[in-house]
Amino acid sequence: MAEEEDLSEMTNDVERHLKLDPPKPSSSPPCPSHVLENVLENVLKFLTTRRDRNAVSLVSRSWHHVEAQTRFEVFIGNCYSLSPARLTRRFTRVRSLFLKGKPRFADFNLMPPDWGAQFAPWVAATARAYPWLEKVSLKRMFVSDDDLALLAVSFPGFKELVLLCCEGFGTSGVAVVANKCRQLKVLDLIESEVTDDEVDWISCFPEGETHLESLSFDCVESPINFKALEGLVVRSPCLKKLRTNRFVSLEELHTLMVRAPQLTSLGTGAFSSTHDGAQGEQEPDYASAFRACRSLVCLSGFRELTAEYLPAISPVCANLTSLNFSYANISPDVFKPIIRNCHNIRVFWALDSICDEGLQAVAETCKELRELRIFPFDPSEDSEGPVSGLGLQAISEGCKKLESILYFCQRMTNVAVTAMSENCPQLTVFRLCIMGRHRPDHVTGKPMDDGFGAIVKNCKKLTRLAVSGLLTDQAFSLIGEYGKLIRTLSVAFAGDSDMGLRYILEGCPKLEKLEIRDSPFGDVGLRSGMHRYNDMRFVWMSSCRLSRGACRDIAHTLPSVVVEAFGSDDDDDDDDEDDNADYVETLYMYRSLDGPRKDAPKFVTIL
Amino acid sequence: MEQLINLKETELCLGLPGGPDPVETPTKSCLRNKRGFSEIVELKLGLHSTKEGSVDLNVAGAPKEKTLHKDPSKPPAKAQVVGWPPVRNYRKSVMTHQKCSEVEEASSDRGGGTVAFVKVSMDGAPYLRKVDLKMYKSYKELSDALAKMFSSFTMGSYGAQGMIDFMNESKVMDLVNSSDYVPSYEDKDGDWMLVGDVPWPMFIESCKRLRIMKGSEAIGLAPRAMQKCKNRF
Repeated sequence: MAEEEDLSEMTNDVERHLKLDPPKPSSSPPCPSHVLENVLENVLKFLTTRRDRNAVSLVSRSWHHVEAQTRFEVFIGNCYSLSPARLTRRFTRVRSLFLKGKPRFADFNLMPPDWGAQFAPWVAATARAYPWLEKVSLKRMFVSDDDLALLAVSFPGFKELVLLCCEGFGTSGVAVVANKCRQLKVLDLIESEVTDDEVDWISCFPEGETHLESLSFDCVESPINFKALEGLVVRSPCLKKLRTNRFVSLEELHTLMVRAPQLTSLGTGAFSSTHDGAQGEQEPDYASAFRACRSLVCLSGFRELTAEYLPAISPVCANLTSLNFSYANISPDVFKPIIRNCHNIRVFWALDSICDEGLQAVAETCKELRELRIFPFDPSEDSEGPVSGLGLQAISEGCKKLESILYFCQRMTNVAVTAMSENCPQLTVFRLCIMGRHRPDHVTGKPMDDGFGAIVKNCKKLTRLAVSGLLTDQAFSLIGEYGKLIRTLSVAFAGDSDMGLRYILEGCPKLEKLEIRDSPFGDVGLRSGMHRYNDMRFVWMSSCRLSRGACRDIAHTLPSVVVEAFGSDDDDDDDDEDDNADYVETLYMYRSLDGPRKDAPKFVTIL
Repeated sequence: MEQLINLKETELCLGLPGGPDPVETPTKSCLRNKRGFSEIVELKLGLHSTKEGSVDLNVAGAPKEKTLHKDPSKPPAKAQVVGWPPVRNYRKSVMTHQKCSEVEEASSDRGGGTVAFVKVSMDGAPYLRKVDLKMYKSYKELSDALAKMFSSFTMGSYGAQGMIDFMNESKVMDLVNSSDYVPSYEDKDGDWMLVGDVPWPMFIESCKRLRIMKGSEAIGLAPRAMQKCKNRF
């Protein structure tokens, strides 16, 4: 699942500290010999967190230099915050690169396609500079088959490729990676769009034993060669994580499990059988295959679930720490007997089809729960809404160790949200999505201000917050005042006036990422954050009340912030100005060390 | 509350949020303004405009608001807003796929209806590609793009140039002894035709799949293509 979220929660991105100019010679005493640097190098190797490394690099010129030589993992939260050249100039021995591209709202069609975030310039630069690169993780980037091919041939020791929410490539690119990266340990394609080039990429893995530890291809929407997959699993003794796609049937899964009982993480394909009883063949004993996987702690998949097969997982339930049912439409009756055995679950994702009743069962059993995500089976505003404040409150009462929650619902109450704030003091992530826009507390009819206010007041460790429902400026006043550690804030269809935005920007001292849509915040609110934008990773505001003039002012006042404006009406701008050409549909601004990007498409205006 | 009575205020159009900005003309403002908060609330109360509303859906990008122009006599439906609730396309498509018993892959969520992806295969190439026909305005543009795409695979001295030549209808009859590559396509009727046959707009509408075949294999196509042409006129 989303392990990358841990990385994004860490503070102090690389680029903030790449602002250092080469120090003047007089700023530190001359280093007497290389001995000191060697010693330092050996000490600094033990520092691994970004925070520590960034601090160390500020001590002195020689420390800065040595740190740059010994930093092996680089995280870049916004690929446009610096150029590839700057990266390779400063860090000379990078082995692992994590790059994030498009902002999150791009996932919801709020950004036109072909906006950017190409991997191409990065792979070109790193191919030259880091021949010993081992690991690349990309999130929301555009990656072409050619990029993958270049990657595959440029890094002989390449070990791990993780593509999250990426697009632009197909099974042909995957085939090249499989074939050429002989040291490959991890190939994880997660929620990415992979075009079907009709290539049998599984067969492209080389013959002989592989180093594979993790293979995830559940998002690949094309059939695979099962015989080849089976052969691959057989010759991959280190394989611990396997996530198949829906084209792998339950019988085939059984075969794989029998071949690889050492698996710790399994993503099933279609969890239903094409077995025809009339043929007289015995159906495989699925439960015993699961029982044989003694190390299995993480289960996901369950596409096209046939409920009668679900009990097959019972033998492993007690060992599970992570369970993802979020693609399975499971009713409470089917769900409850299963979850009753899952005492050790720490991460649980599901659809709201389990209802408040199912959540009650989770609360009664899963005392170790740290992360909960409930997705809507029917993601529209008018749907039934089988979960509500009742489920939320039950979870808060049963799962006191909860740290992270994402909860989609149709109706909610301040009482339930407040209960969670009081019962779950460890919360660092609270994301509540009341799907009806501007929907108030369904019992009292009041805005949801009190509930979210309680969250920011009581959850002292909160770093990420997403709000929804009917909210007045008062809610933002509370968020600004009490959200002392909040780094990421998402707002949609909320607030009354510019004051709402002002409260956020004049409060929330640790805010780095702000994404707002369809809220009545305008130029006054935007300007009130002038003192902050240099210290934030990005601000996104779409369908608010911004004018070009204000955005331009930001751009002129803050030269190290790139201000992009775009929107749906740009096509028509060929003709003469009319009053509302001044209106900015979408503002996306971010700090950058290397100025505006050169690859912006026509519809993007960089102010 | 007087806004309830004024139908113009409740017109379905894109308007600057939050209320009565001065509006020049109804049609112009409808193209540029965003819906205001108050207007959203009114929409929820079930008020509808009778005006057809010239909502200009962006061609290049995702439409910002897809408003449902329902007959006032039908029960009021909520206007669907892009990207709300915030569920990723990937998840939505998985759920949609599971809900349908018979799945025919529809166009992607990304502003659909404005792309025409077709698979392109080339004899001898290890894998096929996809092109969006709507990106090109003529056969020349398409053949340039195809040439570029497959240039690493063509053998012999003709290569890309050969493909361009064969887009030219007059050269069709020269196929007989040729070893060049010939682009052909499968049309709506399931017939394989030579590319270049029909006017470009008609081609985009009818082309379902492209195949760049060796010239020697394309010989059989020519007579059928000619016949179809004759039938059209």
